[in-house]
Amino acid sequence: MDHSQAAGELAAHEHHFPEKAGEYVRIGIILFVLTALEVGGYEVAHRAHGSALAAPWFVPVILTLSALKFALVALYYMHLKWDGRFLKGIFSFSLFVAAIVILALMALFMYHYAFNATLPKVV
Amino acid sequence: MAHAEAHALHPATNTGIDNRKLAIWTFIGSECLFFASLISTYLVYKGKSLVGPFPKDIFEIELVTAGTALLLFSSLFVVLSLNATEQGNRKKALLWLGATILCGVFFVGMQVYEFTHFVHKGLTLQGNLFGASFFTLTGFHGTHVTIGVIWLGTMFIEMLRGHVPPAKALNLEIAALYWHFVDVVWIVIFPVVYLMN
Repeated sequence: MDHSQAAGELAAHEHHFPEKAGEYVRIGIILFVLTALEVGGYEVAHRAHGSALAAPWFVPVILTLSALKFALVALYYMHLKWDGRFLKGIFSFSLFVAAIVILALMALFMYHYAFNATLPKVV
Repeated sequence: MAHAEAHALHPATNTGIDNRKLAIWTFIGSECLFFASLISTYLVYKGKSLVGPFPKDIFEIELVTAGTALLLFSSLFVVLSLNATEQGNRKKALLWLGATILCGVFFVGMQVYEFTHFVHKGLTLQGNLFGASFFTLTGFHGTHVTIGVIWLGTMFIEMLRGHVPPAKALNLEIAALYWHFVDVVWIVIFPVVYLMN
């Protein structure tokens, strides 16, 4: 057995694990409700406008609900709420870079499509 | 492994965090970038397909919603299994872990059904931009779920053999962290791909 594994077992052994089942179930119910709101919102927007994206409120609401679900799973189920700043930092930094990648690529392609639209059509 | 030995080998990491836990979080960090590139590829090609089938022609929101609910429940079940492991309740831990694996298997089954259905409707990897970006993104996610099911399956066998006592709960926690990550990726994919079309 290597040192790291022994240290891990020692840490687990010495840690007093609190009973959190009730809290996990509460978070699970909230996640379920948020998902129901997402799908419900989609149905309402789809029926009212023919396409969900045509409703001006749809995208902000769906993105907010999705972000809430993401945060709840990361904080409670992945234990980031109780873990140290180092692990929070690793995950937050990765998410920040991931967001930059998504926004940069979308901006690049929007510019690309807009630029192409200005070019004369070759027949 | 005697605890006396563990005491003799004092935790010697600079961060004070178990190396395995640090490794899985670093891996999850790299996976964020991997899925960010796939999601952005899907977004930049969204609506750019010249030929069908298009998303509105083939998506079945009800089926995917059921899959999403299963994945969310599986996240709850695995954390309940970890909690039971930490409390030394092996029977409960096995029950919740079994439920997690079952949810994962159903999710993969849902995705296989969905992919087969789409191919029959003419959506293929090489047919149009939507097909290429959709199958790449959701296919990689499905592969991650499959790996997670196999990983949790091995944990289930280990637990059955009595090899996961409370002192070794970290082994299950690491597998659970991977599973939760797969879940949070789907939390992003579900609205972006299926609802905003």
